[in-house]
Amino acid sequence: MIPALGLVIGIVAGVLMQPEVPVWLQPYLPIAVIAALDAVFGAVRAVLDGIFNDKVFVISFLSNVVVAAFIVFLGDQLGVGSQLSTGVVVVLGVRIFSNVASIRRHLFNA
Amino acid sequence: MSSSTPPPTPSPRSGTAWHRLGRAGRPRPTKANVLATLLALGLGFAIAAQVHQTSIEGLENLRGDELIRILDTVDQDGNRLADEIQTLRSSRDRLKSDTTSLAEAQKAAQQRLDSLAILAGTVPARGPGIVLTIRDPEDGVTAPLLLDALQELRDAGAEAVQINGVRVVANTYFADKDGGIAISGKKVTAPYVVTAIGDGSTLASAMEIPGGVTNSVRSVGGQADVQAKDTVTVSALQTVSEPQYARPVPSPTTS
Repeated sequence: MIPALGLVIGIVAGVLMQPEVPVWLQPYLPIAVIAALDAVFGAVRAVLDGIFNDKVFVISFLSNVVVAAFIVFLGDQLGVGSQLSTGVVVVLGVRIFSNVASIRRHLFNA
Repeated sequence: MSSSTPPPTPSPRSGTAWHRLGRAGRPRPTKANVLATLLALGLGFAIAAQVHQTSIEGLENLRGDELIRILDTVDQDGNRLADEIQTLRSSRDRLKSDTTSLAEAQKAAQQRLDSLAILAGTVPARGPGIVLTIRDPEDGVTAPLLLDALQELRDAGAEAVQINGVRVVANTYFADKDGGIAISGKKVTAPYVVTAIGDGSTLASAMEIPGGVTNSVRSVGGQADVQAKDTVTVSALQTVSEPQYARPVPSPTTS
């Protein structure tokens, strides 16, 4: 509940402050956000599975973000940045969908 | 895959799931929970920042091929718009020149109308000229004398002439009538006041040359008085009647 509140507060703060994303961060932030969302949905699913662990969540969150940013960085260096970004987004999107499907089955038996 | 995970408690499944979710949502002051909250805070902030960034985003963080594609599109758009500008500009120029020539034609037509109207005597005219007053106590002034006077005035460049309120135009004729003169069938009597528009001094000297109008009038016992003025008004009008027999011959070239 507290992390969810944090999420809402973060969104509100971002909307109110209208922050400028630093140039060096601009290519990585979208992918990092998708990766973090994947971690969040994975955490909710883990809660419902009864195997949630705070430490695992924090580590998976951070590693997701770092790995996503690194993949984008590597892709840019290799000249396949856009393709690799698309690939990462597809993979994370599939994971998010499967997590959401699992959550849905837990909560609504459907 | 997750539906196969057995619930740890034997209570009904849906109730358990909501229960577990509620229990997980309960605030626990553990270090990891605080850290997770911070991470969620950062995520929310990042989402909002990225959404904002995307909405104001320019071309900075696009990749090379995307930039090339956009550049191609912009180039094509530019060419298309340049063509359109060319077309529109030429049609504007065409319309403008049409308008100009139309206005010029209208102006020329108006000038022509003005000069023709003055010639035909359908409009009043004003300008420098003379007023020739002929007194005729002995009834000696005849139509030929008045015609001579008119001829002299025209010779001296008179552009509009009226005699006693009768406009003198191309088809004006003079005839003697008892006690006066008929101009185009309208009887006028002495004193005859001839108003003529033209160069005042030329007209006046034309009246006063030896053997001219002044002399002739004096020789028949009358008295002619010429006044050159800066502004005289020829206000008498003549109605134009449709020619009954004469028809214009179409000229092969329009002037």
